[in-house]
Amino acid sequence: MKETESYQEYTQKNRTLIPWHRRDFFKLIGGGLYVFFQVGNPFKIFGAEADQRRTLSDDYNAFLRIAENGEVSCLTGKIEMGQGIITSLPQMLADELDVPVNRVKMIMGDTDLCPYDRGTFGSLTTRSFSHPMRKAAAEARAVLLKMAAEKLKTPVGQLKVEDGVIFIKNRENKKVSYGELTKGQKINKFLDIKPDYKDYSEFKIMGKPFLHSDAIIKVKGEAKYGADIRLPGMLYASILRPPSHGATLFSSDVSEAEKMEGVRVVKKGDFIAVLHEHPEKAQQALQKIKAEYTFDEKEVNEKSVFKYLLDSNPEGKVVKSEGDILTGKKLSSEIFESEFHDGYVAHATMEPHAAVATIEEDKVTAWVSTQTPFPAQESIAKELGLPLENVRVIATFVGGGFGGKSPHRQAVEAARLASITGKPVMVAWDRKEEFFYDTFRPAAVVKISSGVDKEGNIKLWDYQQYFAGNRGSDTIYDVPNQRTTGYSAHGVQPFGTGAWRAPGNNTNTFARESQIDIMASKAGIDPVEFRLKNLKDPRMLAVVEALKEKTGWKPQISPSGNGYGIACGFDAGSYVAHMAEVKVDIQTGHVQVIRVFCAQEMGFCVNPEGAKIQIEGCITMGMGYALTEDVEFTGGDIKTENFDTYNIPTFSWIPKIETYILDRNEPPQGGGEPAIICMGGVIANAIFDATGGRLYQMPMTTERVLEAIEKAH
Amino acid sequence: MEEKIKFELNGKQVEVKLEKNQTLLWVLRTQFNLTGTKYGCGDGYCGVCTVLMDNDAVRSCGIYMEDVGGTKIVTIEGLAKNGELHPVQKAFVENDALQCGYCTPGMIMNVVGLLKSNPEPTRQDIIDGMEDNLCRCGAHTRIIDAVESASKEMKAIPQQ
Repeated sequence: MKETESYQEYTQKNRTLIPWHRRDFFKLIGGGLYVFFQVGNPFKIFGAEADQRRTLSDDYNAFLRIAENGEVSCLTGKIEMGQGIITSLPQMLADELDVPVNRVKMIMGDTDLCPYDRGTFGSLTTRSFSHPMRKAAAEARAVLLKMAAEKLKTPVGQLKVEDGVIFIKNRENKKVSYGELTKGQKINKFLDIKPDYKDYSEFKIMGKPFLHSDAIIKVKGEAKYGADIRLPGMLYASILRPPSHGATLFSSDVSEAEKMEGVRVVKKGDFIAVLHEHPEKAQQALQKIKAEYTFDEKEVNEKSVFKYLLDSNPEGKVVKSEGDILTGKKLSSEIFESEFHDGYVAHATMEPHAAVATIEEDKVTAWVSTQTPFPAQESIAKELGLPLENVRVIATFVGGGFGGKSPHRQAVEAARLASITGKPVMVAWDRKEEFFYDTFRPAAVVKISSGVDKEGNIKLWDYQQYFAGNRGSDTIYDVPNQRTTGYSAHGVQPFGTGAWRAPGNNTNTFARESQIDIMASKAGIDPVEFRLKNLKDPRMLAVVEALKEKTGWKPQISPSGNGYGIACGFDAGSYVAHMAEVKVDIQTGHVQVIRVFCAQEMGFCVNPEGAKIQIEGCITMGMGYALTEDVEFTGGDIKTENFDTYNIPTFSWIPKIETYILDRNEPPQGGGEPAIICMGGVIANAIFDATGGRLYQMPMTTERVLEAIEKAH
Repeated sequence: MEEKIKFELNGKQVEVKLEKNQTLLWVLRTQFNLTGTKYGCGDGYCGVCTVLMDNDAVRSCGIYMEDVGGTKIVTIEGLAKNGELHPVQKAFVENDALQCGYCTPGMIMNVVGLLKSNPEPTRQDIIDGMEDNLCRCGAHTRIIDAVESASKEMKAIPQQ
């Protein structure tokens, strides 16, 4: 394996060469082929309104460059946070362009160098961004072949490309490299005529397993994350935080902090920070500040939150309706009414939010650990009253995101402090700040009323979700009479909530797949057969069939005592089906997950190894929200402050994980999120199969498991 | 009160002038710019700040500099020798035992410490020894595989 330079190293090394205006950038980097392209608004996939702030029509979402030495740079506003696009994007680019994959360099998330991008979320890199990138590469290849035809005085049809070199077929001494062709020439070309992608059968690099290309710098400790940037004269900031969300600063006394040597105190209204060249000194100075607050007294806590949410008069919107609910009731021989609860879940990335900002001549440069470099640029410009072009955000490696690093408050804080002090400033949150300002996965309630006929066909499905989000709320089953309603309201949550890996879908799939299991059990039908009977989408059926075959599933009627659960779902364009085996200690309520199998169909799989790693990660991370992760709070006071009380999965939890990816020559779909959505449902169903106890609330803590078992007997 | 503290860092003798109550984590990250050792929780729960202190894996966020004098500290930056990755680093790469990579240096240092005290750990020994090092991305199964392959590799090349 060849060691690859990190994009941070690359951009930092070249930083001094890169001026503020892109046209100068092109001048400076000189010869080479430029292929520009634009991408449609990725939000269209979700049916959301287009972002009007910065339209993409006259901008380019990404571009590639072939340098004179043949090296290809792929410039993208996307960032790398462990999901592996730093490995899979070059695979796609290299295959379409016919260059060796190790000659593709990634430059990611730099607002000066990379075209506008809304952010890295929603599993959109592969299913959305990769298409125009591949088309651009295909066109670049076509343009280069045309140039080679002129140079070699041979028709294009008689040429072939290998590893970035164009040959005349059967006369392989007659050749010219991409680098030689582009030397001294700059070709700007929009994609008016779009050459086709390569056919699936032509891929040499896509579809092959690749290890993480950034692994070597990461195992050496050389990969730079937000808090690893060092600038001369840099100060570390510690910021005074309110004791709870909604608290207002009443009075403050910073005099003791000011007495400390080397400390700089910033006080602008309720924004109070202490800065020092040693982070621990800044922390000590912060402890010396006396502050009094007035509180917004909210009583709600993690136990009462479900009633609180339902009582908040949320507005309901029907997102899907087919047939008639009353007819469905009439056709059903049995009706099932359930209410499911899901608590707040933290992102709890190992890397807390961090950013460094420096200001020179009204121009801000900020290195930020973020999923949203361009929106961070906008936020900083707005905060400081600067035009956008005066702010440059460079994304660092991101030490875990999962949606938690889409908000970028820390970047604005660093820029603000750099502006006030005139020094480079690092804002790196501690763990308590990380929990306090996390945008948690929202607590939510799901109510389902469903019915089956005597043959086990689902005839009724009335689904209402409160505050979970609509993603994954639409049933995957074939039900003639169905209605899905989403309820939400602004300003109800006592603190920040937001997108958490497959937002909405974890709660919705937990509720739906639990309800399906409840009906299958009551109908006396094997849970796999019940699903096959009621599913219609052939791709969904295929993953459940694959699960049945690969796990050697033997029909059972739950609760069988085996401890086997099933769940399936759809997310980010991909289909997943899970089987879990659990062992439940009926004395303590402890659930040990023994085995998890996942079948996933994600269209064409670009990097099977990367996809497998993401599935493993989803399964592991998903066990946490299913079993233990819960945020404790009273009103806006977040009681959960560190990993002693917030229990994420550890080595002793790890089950035997088996993955199976169904090959399909269809456009590639999302891989970072789908396999996490089933983890609540599959574990709940396995616990039911083991004990007869039905869990209606996540996390399925030992107490709740014991309670469910007791209720069942 | 600042004091002079001498210790060995990645094979070299170093001397720093600082307050005794400063922690090793921040001295490494600021004075020495060794940013491979990460901050994660500040209270010893997560293990991303793990380094070797006299061959034992320790949490540098809880080590005060007054206890560092006269010891040998090895950080992630000190593992590779002559451009050759340490067998544990190699095993992490070959097993793709990481995603975001933030916990990786601490994981690797903990594995190196584990294999020093128990060169041929069973799978259960590995799980027990790694239990308190957190990873949010879920690379655990591959980390266990990596420890097993590193153990075999190091047995074959005993000088490591």
